[in-house]
Amino acid sequence: MTQQQTAGPPTGQADLAEEFLDRQTPLSRIRNILHRYPALSPAIVLLVSVIAFGLLNDRFLRVENLSLITQQVAVVGTLAIAQTLIILTAGIDLSVGAVMILSSMVMAQLAVNNGIPAPLAILVGLLVGLGAGALNGFLVTRFRLPPFIVTLGTLNIFIALTLLYSNGATIRGSAMPGMLTWTGSTFPLGPVRISTGVVLMLLLYIAVAFILGKTAWGRHVYAVGDDKEAARLAGIAVNRVLMSVYLAAGAVLAVGAWIQIGRTNAANPNTGVDLNLDSITAVVIGGTSLFGGRGSIWGTLLGALIVGVFRNGLSLAGLDVLYQTLAVGILIILAVSIDQWIRKVKS
Amino acid sequence: MTATEFQLADTAVRQPILQARNLVKTFGRVVGLDGVSLDLYPGEVLAVIGDNGAGKSTLIKCLTGAEVPDSGELAISGQPVHFKRPQDARVHGIETVYQNLAVSPALDVASNLFLGREERLPGPLGKLFRVLDTKGMRRKAKEELTRLGISTLQDVTVPVENLSGGQRQAVAVARAAAFGSKVVVLDEPTAALGVRESNQVLQLVRDLRDRGLPVILISHNMPHVFDVADRIHIQRLGKCAATITPQSHSMTDAVAIMTGATTA
Repeated sequence: MTQQQTAGPPTGQADLAEEFLDRQTPLSRIRNILHRYPALSPAIVLLVSVIAFGLLNDRFLRVENLSLITQQVAVVGTLAIAQTLIILTAGIDLSVGAVMILSSMVMAQLAVNNGIPAPLAILVGLLVGLGAGALNGFLVTRFRLPPFIVTLGTLNIFIALTLLYSNGATIRGSAMPGMLTWTGSTFPLGPVRISTGVVLMLLLYIAVAFILGKTAWGRHVYAVGDDKEAARLAGIAVNRVLMSVYLAAGAVLAVGAWIQIGRTNAANPNTGVDLNLDSITAVVIGGTSLFGGRGSIWGTLLGALIVGVFRNGLSLAGLDVLYQTLAVGILIILAVSIDQWIRKVKS
Repeated sequence: MTATEFQLADTAVRQPILQARNLVKTFGRVVGLDGVSLDLYPGEVLAVIGDNGAGKSTLIKCLTGAEVPDSGELAISGQPVHFKRPQDARVHGIETVYQNLAVSPALDVASNLFLGREERLPGPLGKLFRVLDTKGMRRKAKEELTRLGISTLQDVTVPVENLSGGQRQAVAVARAAAFGSKVVVLDEPTAALGVRESNQVLQLVRDLRDRGLPVILISHNMPHVFDVADRIHIQRLGKCAATITPQSHSMTDAVAIMTGATTA
């Protein structure tokens, strides 16, 4: 043993050599940096695409247009927060759009048809979001069903509930109390008009980024998604963490419902279900791994903005909406490919 | 058995830190443990060996709260204890390093050391907003690693997935040995490691013992067991076939007892 100890320093250097020297090509150095900062690659993509669309069409970079993009992104961006939380735990939530629409219909119908004060109606809408999250979380933790299957089921349940509850009728914003459509109102900030819904979304991002980055709960969310068994053995109450993630997601979705009412100036039971795929798109383009445990909430915001920029830029360029969908599809594949390449850092 | 009986059993010798008496654990019709007893004394490395299915893992799981024995008694420093969850064992100072390396690859070394027992900032930031004391935990992680003599981990901010197998094992062992634990249980710590890394881990085991921390080591690797163990508990068919020492028996003897060719 003494022999080994005296031989210690040289072997240590050999270790270093084995592990690091062969990585130091410029390409692998870039990869290491991208691996260390997961939000960096979507940030670069966003920057490049904004510059490119700006060069293509001089209307793109006007402040009104940029403000419009943020408003177009507000709802998906909010749903993507909930989606990020769930994907970080190695789950997936197909029901985010349906939960959001159900919650928005409850808010609108209570306020308009049942004459309940707007704050109370919004509160009940929040409870509906929490209830939906609780149902998903309960099925995932107690029955140990895969989140994909659970939320595929609840997706259909929530759509049906929404249509049954609303009789398929849209409620127009003009009939609602001002507080419900408040999220669609805008205020000037220098030359730009900012919508309240966008501010609400950004506040949610800040809050969730804080919780994920600075609290034990946030670290446990990552640990559970990274390796459930390891987390359990480390003494983390895995099911409690999962349940709280689904509840938090439900609450975020209810806020999304409020933002949606303001943004569309209506509560429409027939839209928004495809938003669940858009939210997954934002998360994936934002660099969060579908296998859980890796990613950042800021990456998701960037991902949502990238999708918004592409859709807006392509439509300004006069291309058919189909090409937007095509572009988003290519973006997803590219994002996941880049992600896989970055992941190769760990040997 | 009561606390006094536990103490009476060992009045003549040093008191064991961890004592198990007649542990029985069945899984349906399969008998995992058939009345196993075990004593762990301060400052010793107790190896547990046995063939596949001999009950090694079940024994360890019962000692560490991962399984609840059907019957039998556990005591720590003479005080009877009952573990329902791994958390219970941890509260009593029994820390386990599981075979599948219970570390979170994406989290850094310091986060892994403090996983499940994070510390918050003092003052309102910590109390009200529950902000983690990241800097403090990194500093303490470094201190603990230095105290345990683990020199292979210099940077506690590196994600564990960027470490070598031996370094990961060191993280797992460090987590088990740190923060005032009384017993460290290592399940096949060298199974996935190369020769040099195995030697590092075995040295770590000796270091822990020399610091007075008793270690239970489960291993298939006879040379490793005979290298570091003070006593060897041999499991066979759900029972303790013998408890030997590397001085009293050879490796061949141990294998013979393990396979039932001879008795001790």
